[in-house]
Amino acid sequence: MAAPGVAATDLEVVRGKRAALFFAAVAILLGLPLWWKTTETYRAPLPYSQISGLNALQLRLMVPVTVVFTRESVPLDDQEKLPFTVVQEREIPLKYKMKIKCLFQKAYRRALEHEEAALSLGSMQEAETMLAKSQKQAEGSLTVYVISEHSSLLPQDMMSYIGPERTAVVRGIMHREALNIVGHQVIQVAQAMSLTEDVLAAALSDHLPEDKWSSDKRRPLKSSLGYEITFSLLNPDPKSHDVHWDIEGAVQRYVQPFLSALSAVGNFSVDSQILYYALLPATTWPHTASPMSSTQWSPGWDPALPPFTQSSTFCSTYLMATNAFHSPRWGGIMIYNVDPTVYNASELPVRVEVEMVRVMEVFLAQLRLLFGIAQPQMPPKCLFSGPKSEGLTTWELDQLLWARSVENLATATTTLTSLAQLLGKISNIVIKDDVASEVYSAVAAVQKAAEELASGHLASAFIASQEAVTSSERAFFDPSLLHLLYFPDDQKFAIYIPLFLPMAVPILLSLVKIFLETRKSWKKPEKID
Amino acid sequence: MVAACLPRERLRPLAGWLLLLSVGSVAAGRIEDQTEQFFRSGHTNNWAVLVCTSRFWFNYRHVANTLSVYRSVKRLGIPDSHIVLMLADDMACNPRNPKPATVFSHKNMELNVYGDDVEVDYRSYEVTVENFLRVLTGRIPSSTPRSKRLLSDDRSNILIYMTGHGGNGFLKFQDSEEITNIELADAFEQMWQKRRYNELLFIIDTCQGASMYERFYSPNIMALASSQVGEDSLSHQPDPAIGVHLMDRYTFYVLEFLEEINPASQTNMNDLFQVCPRSLCVSTPGHRTDLFQRDPKNVLITDFFGSVRKVEITTDTISLQPDLEITESSYKKDRMDEELMEPLKYAEQLPVAQIIHQKPKLKDWHPPGGFILGLWALIIMVFFKTYGIKHMKFIF
Repeated sequence: MAAPGVAATDLEVVRGKRAALFFAAVAILLGLPLWWKTTETYRAPLPYSQISGLNALQLRLMVPVTVVFTRESVPLDDQEKLPFTVVQEREIPLKYKMKIKCLFQKAYRRALEHEEAALSLGSMQEAETMLAKSQKQAEGSLTVYVISEHSSLLPQDMMSYIGPERTAVVRGIMHREALNIVGHQVIQVAQAMSLTEDVLAAALSDHLPEDKWSSDKRRPLKSSLGYEITFSLLNPDPKSHDVHWDIEGAVQRYVQPFLSALSAVGNFSVDSQILYYALLPATTWPHTASPMSSTQWSPGWDPALPPFTQSSTFCSTYLMATNAFHSPRWGGIMIYNVDPTVYNASELPVRVEVEMVRVMEVFLAQLRLLFGIAQPQMPPKCLFSGPKSEGLTTWELDQLLWARSVENLATATTTLTSLAQLLGKISNIVIKDDVASEVYSAVAAVQKAAEELASGHLASAFIASQEAVTSSERAFFDPSLLHLLYFPDDQKFAIYIPLFLPMAVPILLSLVKIFLETRKSWKKPEKID
Repeated sequence: MVAACLPRERLRPLAGWLLLLSVGSVAAGRIEDQTEQFFRSGHTNNWAVLVCTSRFWFNYRHVANTLSVYRSVKRLGIPDSHIVLMLADDMACNPRNPKPATVFSHKNMELNVYGDDVEVDYRSYEVTVENFLRVLTGRIPSSTPRSKRLLSDDRSNILIYMTGHGGNGFLKFQDSEEITNIELADAFEQMWQKRRYNELLFIIDTCQGASMYERFYSPNIMALASSQVGEDSLSHQPDPAIGVHLMDRYTFYVLEFLEEINPASQTNMNDLFQVCPRSLCVSTPGHRTDLFQRDPKNVLITDFFGSVRKVEITTDTISLQPDLEITESSYKKDRMDEELMEPLKYAEQLPVAQIIHQKPKLKDWHPPGGFILGLWALIIMVFFKTYGIKHMKFIF
């Protein structure tokens, strides 16, 4: 009678053991992974390896230079060797993680008929006009004409000439090593017109370690898609001055050509305003710009360039030639002192007509400084023609585009790297699919820009770099990235213990019991034996 | 004239200041020092984020704290466009305020810090942890107006001031949520990764304030707190007329210290660390400078509390050719335009005369509401209870 009862309890015990084991198996094998998966933050896959590869990117900036030799510029046997191409590399020594190399690809060739004719004309202007008619050069490329040693196109003591378009003229030499010497001179001229260490250092100023701060490096406005320029006229005393300025005409005549020349760099919008009863307190210079920014416009990325009229003797002797000062990354201020003799004649208010030419000269110079267009460094014995009527030479625009491309690439790389680092450090940030696609497109754009720079296509490289910056900024600053899911450890315990403990305790205890019994049953056979 | 004898090349700003010396300015020596000092700090603009995390009338002192810091910061030069002010803003127009439209920071109502020109960027229920973190990290929805954004760049020095009720490792926001010190540290790290600040000064005036800066790990942050972990920050003085405490002790003494600062002063951070010793404050103020790269004695107070903008003198011009014809014709056009313009006036917006002389409208009749019906039902029931149900028969 006892046996079936024992057998029944045995069966139950076995069943109970099996049930406990299955519970444990389901809880551990199914439950734990399911809980883990459902409580993790969603992260769309990102190209982390490519992003870290961007840091080690080697930027090669290629400047295609065409060197054109006229007859009698170099010895005949050298002329026989034409045409051929030579590439000269220069590493730019900057303490930046991205290595930058500058390549000058010199394509030597003989001059064509019309070029010979143009270069044998009397003056440089005529020669340039004739040459300009024949060809249009791509952004970033240069053409250097080598003329004979005794040509009268250049003044006797000058060895080279740099023009406002992408052309330059260099004197040839009748010498055994003529090609090398001429090549060296061409490189000097080409460097002045395109990439120097200073241009790149200014572009990367935010990314370089700061051992010394030069004011040049912190002055330019950051690269951006568009700029809004505001011209303001401050009239602190309308009772005594009735000020008029023909801003529309001046903008159309002087500013618009400058901005159209710069149109490759970004979109510009210009507006103007007149502020009455706005005061400039007569304090020390560094403080003057801040009360002005507190009245109306917020600086940010709107540079405001106001001229100013007042009749007091405020600091008029302290100011120098231009009566103007500017603040980096913000804008400039010019003080327009009214001629004191005007007051004696008529009664108040005195009509003042602002001389827009003088004012615009100063403002265009300030705009050049704010955009980072520096005074070019000429090689020795070089004649520089000066900028055109727009105030900007074409190769200065090229310099700006190069600097901006490099800056954009550096910014995009930093943004992507920071995003990757942040995702590693802070585990609660969500990456949605559209953010991931922006990151992918940013990485692709950076790589494309680097390729275009290496092949010398400046315009497309600049556009690609702008795309890279826009995509990376959009990805980084997407509002969905804000993490609000941080829970301190004690809070996590407080939430999970009441859920899991009541379920886990019986399972664990039964597992322990099963384990102990199995161990006992293993030991038992030994004893019997 | 000075202009003619100058060479036409760019002078370094320092050389420009030396020219001022030669013309005979008295303070030139100081200006030179200032320039040197200024160039050492490395920032070109200043921002301030001032957050008061409490609401309700009995937390008057937190609002007064924040507004007083706001006033000092404005006085020292930071414009409203560069200040993000987050307040519950329910003090000035609170029904319990005996002096409406004012918030006083000193006993005997000496100083109204609310004033006429306070610009609160995030008010009332907009002061949440999420909005605060969005402001700091810049992950703001694109529809946010410009005044609500922190548009700092890598050359900005930012001052962050927070006050309210806090505990060990957290700060309470408006009695409904908390921000932990780890979230704050992560937010600063995100700011650093995107180079949204050059240097950051973090001041917190809450109980156990030092716990909030324990977890910072990003460089260039200096932090001050009003009390250590385990200590409470105490309030300063109650005002018998208003009925609440007007300010907290730490902020009160910090403000007394800031009253002596002007935009040109050379006081450094070490002096700020000495403000409010234990004898005055009862709690022990703390500070943290290990993440900061410069020595605190070289850091000026005005690096964070004031706003000094660097200027350079323009020495070059471009030569342009004037076009006389255009100027002439535009001059004539100007004159003509002025004569033709008619006098301007405001549009008719409200028919004021009609509104003033209106007769009162006759109100429509509505049937009696639930309350009246219920009241009468009660009265009738009581009557019939008292006098017996048999009287009902006579009614129905």
